[in-house]
Amino acid sequence: MTPVAPTFFFYLLSTVAVVGAILVITRKNPVHSALSLIFTLLALAGLYLMLYAPFVAGVQIILYAGGIMVLFLFVIMLVNIERSQREVQFNQQWHVGIIASLALGFLFLYVYKHGSSIFPVNPVSMPEPMNTQQVGMALFRNYLLPFEIASLLLLVAIVGAVVMAKKRI
Amino acid sequence: MVPLSYYLVLSAVLFACGVAGFLMKRNIITIFMCIELMLNGVNLAFVAFAAHWHRLSGQVFVFFVMVVAAAEAAVGLAIIISVFRTRETLNVDRVNLLKL
Repeated sequence: MTPVAPTFFFYLLSTVAVVGAILVITRKNPVHSALSLIFTLLALAGLYLMLYAPFVAGVQIILYAGGIMVLFLFVIMLVNIERSQREVQFNQQWHVGIIASLALGFLFLYVYKHGSSIFPVNPVSMPEPMNTQQVGMALFRNYLLPFEIASLLLLVAIVGAVVMAKKRI
Repeated sequence: MVPLSYYLVLSAVLFACGVAGFLMKRNIITIFMCIELMLNGVNLAFVAFAAHWHRLSGQVFVFFVMVVAAAEAAVGLAIIISVFRTRETLNVDRVNLLKL
């Protein structure tokens, strides 16, 4: 199976993803955070393409970058961010937070380093001629009940969002 | 070609960034974005494992994670709007009680 793109693109896309993720945390303005998060999501879509999952990449762009991020930007416009921009950005227990997240990151790296027998190092290869068809088959045959439950969850989420955001029911 | 472990390390870095932002930020909207970041790190690990083990189940599970992320974003942002309407603030340090 030929690779989708040379290895250089993995480094490029992962750099974009990590820089975007760091900018999400460090930017003061939530709009800038949202825009850098969009960059991270697009880089992840490119990585999905490299992993022979074109349908997931398309859904990532349409649903995340197109749907969820627009929702975020609308809510940012609905609330008043000017006052929160002038406040201190990190909360009172940020020391504990940074210690906890560093511990978690080092735990991940420790597991990858010492449990390398669990994670094989041979290259990713997937003979996947018709990805979208196969995903559709899997989704509507093996995973039909979870699919219906997911649609029910979305219905509940729509009703819940309307009930929450309305002034008077 | 790129080994699987590189993808896993990248997903771990993204997840750790999400956890750091979630624990440290004050703005509730940015906290929600950090949750999306964590979910995306997990999605990357799912797709990488799916490609490695030649199974489609990982990719299918990514769709369910996306559905849950969309539902969570819709309800959570509605909660943000209703909290902002009553409290006039987005600071989570000042939204520590359910009652006014």
